[in-house]
Amino acid sequence: MQALYAQLLVGLINGSFYALLSLGLAVIFGMLNIINFAHGALYMMGAFCAYFLLNIAGIGYWPALIIAPIAVGIFGMILERTMLQWLSGLDHLYGLLLTFGLALIIQGIFQNYFGSSGLPYAIPDELKGGMNLGFMFLPIYRGWVVVFSLIVCLLTWYLIERTRLGANLRAATENPTLVRAFGINVPRMITLTYGLGVGLAALAGVLSAPINQVRPLMGADLIIVVFAVVVIGGMGSIMGSIITGFALGVIEGLTKYFYPEASNTVVFVLMVLVLLVKPSGLTGRAT
Amino acid sequence: MAAITDDSIPVTPSAIRDELIAFGIMTALLAIVPLTGIYPFFVMQALCFALLACAFNLLIGYGGLLSFGHAMFLGTAGYFTAHALKVWGFTPELGILVGTAGAAGLGVITGVVAIRRQGIYFAMITLALSQLLYFIYLQAPFTHGEDGIQGIPQGYLFGVFNLANSTVLYYVILAGFLFGFLLIFRTINSPFGEVLKSIRENEQRAISLGYKTDHYKLLAYILSGTLAGFAGSLKVFVAQNASLTDVHWTMSGEIVLMTLVGGLGTVFGPVVGAFVIIAMQQYLAGFGQWVTVIQGVIFVVCVLTFRRGVIGEIAHYFRRSL
Amino acid sequence: MKNRISALLLGTALAFAASSGSFAQDKTVKIGVLTDNSGLYSDLGGAGSTLAAQMAVEDSGFAAKGWKIDIISADHQNKPDIATNIGRQWIDVEKVDVFMDVLNSGVGLAVNNLVKEKNSIMINTGAASSDLTNAQCTPNTIHWVYDTYMLANSTGQALVKAGGDTWYFLTADYAFGAALERDTTAVVTKSGGKVLGTVKHPLNSSDFSSFLLQAQASKAKIVGMANAGGDTTNTIKQASEFGIVKGGQKLAGLLLFITDVHALGLNVAQGLSFTETFYWDLNDGTRAFSKRFSGRMKNKAQPSMVQAGVYSGLMHYFKALEAMGGNPHDGAKVVAKMKEMPTDDPLFGKGTIRADGRKIHPAYLFEVKKPEESKGPWDYYKLIGTTPGELAFRPLSESTCPLVKK
Repeated sequence: MQALYAQLLVGLINGSFYALLSLGLAVIFGMLNIINFAHGALYMMGAFCAYFLLNIAGIGYWPALIIAPIAVGIFGMILERTMLQWLSGLDHLYGLLLTFGLALIIQGIFQNYFGSSGLPYAIPDELKGGMNLGFMFLPIYRGWVVVFSLIVCLLTWYLIERTRLGANLRAATENPTLVRAFGINVPRMITLTYGLGVGLAALAGVLSAPINQVRPLMGADLIIVVFAVVVIGGMGSIMGSIITGFALGVIEGLTKYFYPEASNTVVFVLMVLVLLVKPSGLTGRAT
Repeated sequence: MAAITDDSIPVTPSAIRDELIAFGIMTALLAIVPLTGIYPFFVMQALCFALLACAFNLLIGYGGLLSFGHAMFLGTAGYFTAHALKVWGFTPELGILVGTAGAAGLGVITGVVAIRRQGIYFAMITLALSQLLYFIYLQAPFTHGEDGIQGIPQGYLFGVFNLANSTVLYYVILAGFLFGFLLIFRTINSPFGEVLKSIRENEQRAISLGYKTDHYKLLAYILSGTLAGFAGSLKVFVAQNASLTDVHWTMSGEIVLMTLVGGLGTVFGPVVGAFVIIAMQQYLAGFGQWVTVIQGVIFVVCVLTFRRGVIGEIAHYFRRSL
Repeated sequence: MKNRISALLLGTALAFAASSGSFAQDKTVKIGVLTDNSGLYSDLGGAGSTLAAQMAVEDSGFAAKGWKIDIISADHQNKPDIATNIGRQWIDVEKVDVFMDVLNSGVGLAVNNLVKEKNSIMINTGAASSDLTNAQCTPNTIHWVYDTYMLANSTGQALVKAGGDTWYFLTADYAFGAALERDTTAVVTKSGGKVLGTVKHPLNSSDFSSFLLQAQASKAKIVGMANAGGDTTNTIKQASEFGIVKGGQKLAGLLLFITDVHALGLNVAQGLSFTETFYWDLNDGTRAFSKRFSGRMKNKAQPSMVQAGVYSGLMHYFKALEAMGGNPHDGAKVVAKMKEMPTDDPLFGKGTIRADGRKIHPAYLFEVKKPEESKGPWDYYKLIGTTPGELAFRPLSESTCPLVKK
């Protein structure tokens, strides 16, 4: 029973990465109608950004937590301005293809310069060590990841669902022409939204840097799982993608305990089941 | 919202005539390859991928469904054929049959799940399904995990043709390719193909005309998967191995790239695209990982400026159907 | 006196016969270094393997003796099908005589089939699979540096002897991981140890916390990592996070290289135990070679055992060619000659090549130093134990290789 609690908690940690990434995907999809295949590559860039800040500029983890998402977010906005915006009006699939190409480019360049085996990034001193919770030894850093990403997710939800900016954003999704008529600069809003989604991915990257090796392909396989998460949850609602992300992390954690062989396939199997039972995804609205 | 291939030229007798002329030229060129001193294994490999890309194109170009998991058919058929040849000692023709049937079965199973969603979701689902399969093959004992199935005997096709002879093998692969190609060509120009195109253009209207569009899409998906599997089975005789590379998502991406470069929804585009990409891999192999970057750049350039692809642009320029 | 003259005459006659024999012989050699130039194992082999091959060619002095030697290299991207394509083209078009490095087991086994079919040669210094000299052995392949059986055997034996008698395995869930676990379990039990449990994890996991928690709960003295590559380095990193080593358990790598330790850093890797057959700082011979080697590497890296193997294997290959007086371009014949001759080089010491193609030399169990013990870059290992070659590798009596006559 104790071990079970431990696995639940560990699952929550992975869930926070799923949640942050699928949230970013949902935000971008809502606004640009694009599935951002480069999301995994941008997540990786966030981790590398933290690594560079530390090893080149001597800037530690805490500032990196803010600088990296902004830097990668700006990079994302440049991508949006220079390429993605030309695709509006075309079939959505072109957005998928373009971002897939971008992912290949980004990952390939990093692989050329940094190999595949990965670079180390140490846990910040303040979060080293662990707590004995009785049923498990919890590294403090992992606890921090869960709490922090939960806060970020909720803030994002609040920003989009409860503020004026978010209201404009949602309105622009529904009817861009009308919103433009109100004097709101829709293209700029789209760019900022893409930056926000990308920033969330980069933030997840920084969070994961101390846990995993910083590797060029760290996002490549993860993004496919996140796609499955998105299919399960549907991209209709912000809260939906947050909850699905955390929930699937927990389910995966439990699988690791009961039947570890299936732990990397369980999300895909769930996706198949959801599609068979409720093709529109758990939160509906998707087509 | 514009469909992914929107400037198709209506099927007229003259369009079909153009395509048949192009087909004749292509067949003649391919038939003389062994006499030219070009390294035959390169062409054989390109032919397998060309058929694969054609099968993929049937789905995206005529059905409007972008599958990001077509590598699963390639890999499944490859593993099945390899296992049948090596472990069960099947003859080549039976081995191909086993592999192709395996891919067809997979097409039925995954098709039922995948066609429940459209557009981007369909792409993500097929990607996830192929990743699921990748993990299954990674763990299944018969695939030998990362080692793959190696040293597959080529044997005698129909007990007569010695496939270990590279010239014989070349013509067998060419025959297989032409068979698959003509089957796709026939499908596109059949009433079934017309219904598919109408679904691609406007699914609602097709439904209101009384077509069960899901059935058509599922059938197209299964046919595409089966033919992709056929290409995977043929490839086993060329490569003499079956490995995880063929099931990995990067392979699915390459299939998409080949078709995109050649021209989505064109008859000959995927063939040209496959030759371009395979040649690129061959001659740029020394650049290692930069090949990935170059592929990415091609993706981006194609999507931004060159959406019709090589053949699509040519066809558009001459107002011909190719 | 008369005897001496006749001996002299005979000697001259023999020398003449030999030289006239070699006159007709072909003295061209083409070496193909087939390796991972850009992926996960590029530090282990890659450009360093090509450099090692160049050094071997230079050190052989063959150029001065009228030989013409070319080296080509290619990136197999860790994909067996790409490797087969390159390999087939190398043999058919480029006329490559010998394949060097060929790391990655899948790639190694694919090329293994190819060299047999085409009667070429592979001196494999990078692949782990012990199948290369067991069920799938060929008269054209020599497996030079290490294999999974040896790693399991040496690490298991030495650690149990050092008091690590209870084990818990973290096993990558595929054939390779299972084989490593099986072989190590056999050795541990034979040496008087006990395996308390095992957990299988999916290949290429990024998160090992669940599995590590289970290993921690088992209270085993040794946590054996029957996995490879990124899985192993991530396990080690997360084990340090969960305080596995601090809690008194020891991590044992069953397939780990100095390049992994370099990537992880001593802070994380300290206390790890694992087996290698070459370490740059082992003796004067290895130090002299490594100094020259790292001086020519772009990143000043010390040679890995895979790269050292390329050098050592080629040196022996050249010796065999020299003894044959020329290159017969007949793979099986050259390999047979190589097996006949004892091996001796400064990197791996004296050794032999068995009938199954297995190169025999000692195996060393190392422990990774603590950061404060390390005197400089690449000063990573403490030698804990040495297993003599005859005891380290799979005995011929257990071999299923058809080339072994029983």
